[in-house]
Amino acid sequence: MSTLVIAEHDNNNLKVSTLNTVAAAQAIGGAIDILVAGGNCGAVATAAAAVPGIGKVLVADNAAYAHQLAGNVSLLIAEVAANYDNILAPATPNCKNFLPRVAALLDVAQISDVTAVESADTFQRPIYAGNVIATVKSTDAKKVITVRTTAYDAAPATGGSASIEAIGAVHDAGISSFVSEEVAVSERPELTSASVVISGGRGMQNGENFKLLDGIADKLGAAIGASRAAVDAGFVPNDMQVGQTGKIVAPDLYIAVGISGAIQHLAGMKDSKVIVAINKDEDAPIFQVADYGLVADLFAALPELEAKL
Amino acid sequence: MKVLVAVKRVVDYNVKVRAKADGSDVDLNNVKMSINPFCEIAVEEAVRLKEAGIATEVIAVSVGDKSCQEQIRTALALGADRGIQVDVQGKVEPLVIAKLLKAVVDKEQPQLVILGKQSIDGDNNQTGQMLGALAKMGQGTFASKVVVEGDKVNVTREIDGGLQTVSLKLPAIITTDLRLNEPRYASLPNIMKAKKKQLDVYTPEELGVAVTSHLTQVKVQPPAARKAGIKVKDVQELVDKLKNEAKVIS
Ligand SMILES: Cc1cc2nc3c(=O)[nH]c(=O)nc-3n(C[C@H](O)[C@H](O)[C@H](O)COP(=O)(O)OP(=O)(O)OC[C@H]3O[C@@H](n4cnc5c(N)ncnc54)[C@H](O)[C@@H]3O)c2cc1C
Repeated sequence: MSTLVIAEHDNNNLKVSTLNTVAAAQAIGGAIDILVAGGNCGAVATAAAAVPGIGKVLVADNAAYAHQLAGNVSLLIAEVAANYDNILAPATPNCKNFLPRVAALLDVAQISDVTAVESADTFQRPIYAGNVIATVKSTDAKKVITVRTTAYDAAPATGGSASIEAIGAVHDAGISSFVSEEVAVSERPELTSASVVISGGRGMQNGENFKLLDGIADKLGAAIGASRAAVDAGFVPNDMQVGQTGKIVAPDLYIAVGISGAIQHLAGMKDSKVIVAINKDEDAPIFQVADYGLVADLFAALPELEAKL
Repeated sequence: MKVLVAVKRVVDYNVKVRAKADGSDVDLNNVKMSINPFCEIAVEEAVRLKEAGIATEVIAVSVGDKSCQEQIRTALALGADRGIQVDVQGKVEPLVIAKLLKAVVDKEQPQLVILGKQSIDGDNNQTGQMLGALAKMGQGTFASKVVVEGDKVNVTREIDGGLQTVSLKLPAIITTDLRLNEPRYASLPNIMKAKKKQLDVYTPEELGVAVTSHLTQVKVQPPAARKAGIKVKDVQELVDKLKNEAKVIS
């Protein structure tokens, strides 16, 4: 059996979600190769080759793949897939964009957000905002899978020495083009891989007040997240949203501040190891999943917490 | 131009769905059903394109049994012009839904197909992308802004770390994210009018699509339960617990 893992990267760095996916591939068993599709992505290929246990790293380095346009990348992956039994990618916004196209081109189902491998053809995945875990068995010869990265600890990043092989094939579907990108640069750890996350909700009242979380995040080395209500209200940018339709996080410590605990928010954080909730409403549903609940006004509690850490 | 919008009938987002005790399936007895929230946003976007004079006709399509006509009527009440139900029984996988939608695309030749990015039952996030591959169309998934310009559409997408804008040749596929728009409420007169709008029904056979199955659900179960937590009396106790009991901070 052989598995192709699709690398998540930004043409410079291999993202840790790739390593979570390698761990899922190891749970399936068999030989594992990594595909790096990008533009000027040589450094990513080098990083991928250092991951222990990888047979070879395939690199498709071409301007057509530089922005991971789904129309182009999917044609490439579908072609490379001919030699593999399983195609695995992390369930990141980027891979969720192109992988279903690959499945359709191969005329197979995609199994989204896999959280556990039961056997080579049977997998667990959350449905209904994580209120139910379904076990599904695939009858397809080729399996196309996205992996919920929080379900797998990252495989080691170094120690391996896989061979690197260039792929010449260039697929430019000519149906879409890249215009622009606005990406916020942050000194903080990434939300999905941080070991501590502190999130603010509608209770924060405005974007300015999110600064109350900064000092605490600095002290804890935390990433900062938000509820949908906080994002919709324009307090913070959309990529900070945690939840069913935002980012899925499972840090060692998750601190929810001024967040009520709607099903859709819980779906994104309830697998965190320790959950703290700070909310002035003692009946807020967030307290049902919190290990430590503090009924308090956040405007008093946050400065005090920062001071005591 | 014609705009095709896909809508799905799903459990209302306020319902907390549970697994049946025997693990055979989820318990959907007597629960409230609604239009998938992302599909509602798709309908709203299509109707706005019509109001802006860009779309000439908005067609709402749903794949499901007869009960999904209720959600098609909702779309019609929100401003879609006519509806199509593709009549299938039971659960249909995203790949098959995409094939059925592709057949409807071939029939109707829309310039734009708008779908929700995911349905809140299966949480698959697949159908729009699969349709894009089958119809060989460009796609703008997770859209938070849509601007039609001549024979192209610019779509701003929610990505890791921010926003990306792509330009797609028409015809194209768009899947909606939550911030694309805020759907309107249907007015009573519009709900009444919707009842008289045209609604055609096709079978998969008529569309030439085989309803295949690639996955079987072996069982369902509740997620691992969290052990009950405690309330702390003040910030000091919280810090103590995190340091000494949970040992997650030092
Ligand atoms: C299709 C769909 C998808 C969704 N996806 C997501 C998602 O991915 N993520 C997500 O988060 N939501 C999502 N939602 C929205 C979700 O249903 C809730 O509306 C949202 O999570 C509420 O955010 P909130 O808890 O910040 O706001 P609210 O529910 O308004 O809660 C605010 C809380 O702050 C507390 N508070 C106020 N002032 C203070 C104070 N001074 N001190 C302490 N506490 C205070 C209040 O007691 C209250 O509990 C989705 C909804 C739909 C329909």
